[in-house]
Amino acid sequence: MAKMHVKMTVNGKAVEALAEPRTLLIHFLREELNLTGPHIGCDTSHCGACTVDLDGKSVKSCTLFVGQANGAEITTIEGIANADGSLHVLQEMFREHHGLQCGFCTPGMIVRARRLLAENPDPTEAEVRFGISGNLCRCTGYQNIVKAILAAAATLNAEKEAAQ
Amino acid sequence: MIPAPFEYHRPASLAEATGLLAELGEDAHVLAGGHSLIPMMKLRLAAPEHLIDLQDIAELKGIARTDGEGGGEIVIGAMTTQHELIASDELARAVPLIREAALQIADPQVRYLGTIGGNVANGDPGNDMPGLMQCLDAAFELDGPNGRRRVAAREFYRSAYVTAREDGEILSRIRIPLPAPGHGFAYEKLKRKIGDYATAAAAVLLTVSGGRCGSASVALTNLADTPVFAADAGAALAGSDLGAAAVDAAVAAALAAIDPAADNRGPVAFKQHVAGVMLRRAIARATERATERAAEQTV
Repeated sequence: MAKMHVKMTVNGKAVEALAEPRTLLIHFLREELNLTGPHIGCDTSHCGACTVDLDGKSVKSCTLFVGQANGAEITTIEGIANADGSLHVLQEMFREHHGLQCGFCTPGMIVRARRLLAENPDPTEAEVRFGISGNLCRCTGYQNIVKAILAAAATLNAEKEAAQ
Repeated sequence: MIPAPFEYHRPASLAEATGLLAELGEDAHVLAGGHSLIPMMKLRLAAPEHLIDLQDIAELKGIARTDGEGGGEIVIGAMTTQHELIASDELARAVPLIREAALQIADPQVRYLGTIGGNVANGDPGNDMPGLMQCLDAAFELDGPNGRRRVAAREFYRSAYVTAREDGEILSRIRIPLPAPGHGFAYEKLKRKIGDYATAAAAVLLTVSGGRCGSASVALTNLADTPVFAADAGAALAGSDLGAAAVDAAVAAALAAIDPAADNRGPVAFKQHVAGVMLRRAIARATERATERAAEQTV
């Protein structure tokens, strides 16, 4: 089968490549672009470890063909740190509140949480839990992940208020 | 898991898509959100040689309300995602049952991509929208080589994954008659975990006036190899006082209409039990809402 030409913006950089149409986005990101932050956990669209942001949507990149993402703007965990290289508030808060143990789910968790807070900047604990219900963590029991996301929301809101 | 190879197509119009489907024949499959098809392809239970991605077809997107004589309707483009259904305030005002149910489907990531058209067209008895569309008496529009036709949701499902859609047709739109203002509604679903299909689920739509039920519609999910529109259950509620006897009769009628299979969600007797519980809860909540909304309207 002929390869197809794909073009997309990944973490702010224009990317062009030839890929087999059957290539899943997660394989394209990890193997073609060497972005190994998004993980392959279950490979069946349940666990959310492969979550990336695609045109403002959180998607499971194991359940999307590269052609479907042709022309899209994609952000992975590698693309969310601040421009000066310092950690994004969510990364900072996951560290601060120990929102991880083994860390396998963390890239998906943080990318998902970033989109959740963009849509709902001041979520309740229940809304955070519902909002990350497509991301599984087998270590933490979610307690500290939820804490970290709520703390990030509070920090971002305080920053916004201070700027006004 | 690597799917079998295929050629990828991304048509810009519905006419182009149906043309491709006609040209490529049964080796082609349309792709909506992909959250049923891609897992099947990864398992190689499906291996289409051509995938026709519908994402660029603007006419398959969006939610529109029309208020015509003899009752208005909501028209939803097949490629509208679950996320977009949930986000639409206009839809939530007109047909609040859809937001309530869509929030119980899969998880946030899946809802960003999963579409209503894919959910109803696939014919998977585990999907929630088919039963919901039967409850709402929706109609599906199918576009194909011989033009466009309409099939009622209540006539659409033949058996698991077998529907009235012909090869070469694309399910393009869903038309839902506007329910009466102030109607009561509920979708009750038991699932083992987020992202699972229903062990049993029940959709109820009803009207209440002066303490009596005007009309009622009941449909059930994942309790047979198709969604189950339980006409007799609705008939048992319509005209009644929605008291214990009427609810018992409706549940008995619904249980007579279902045919659940034992699987890892439980044996048949358990599913029948859960179906009854879901239906009782749905009737109670729909009744409560209709009564509240009727009271609001008279204030």
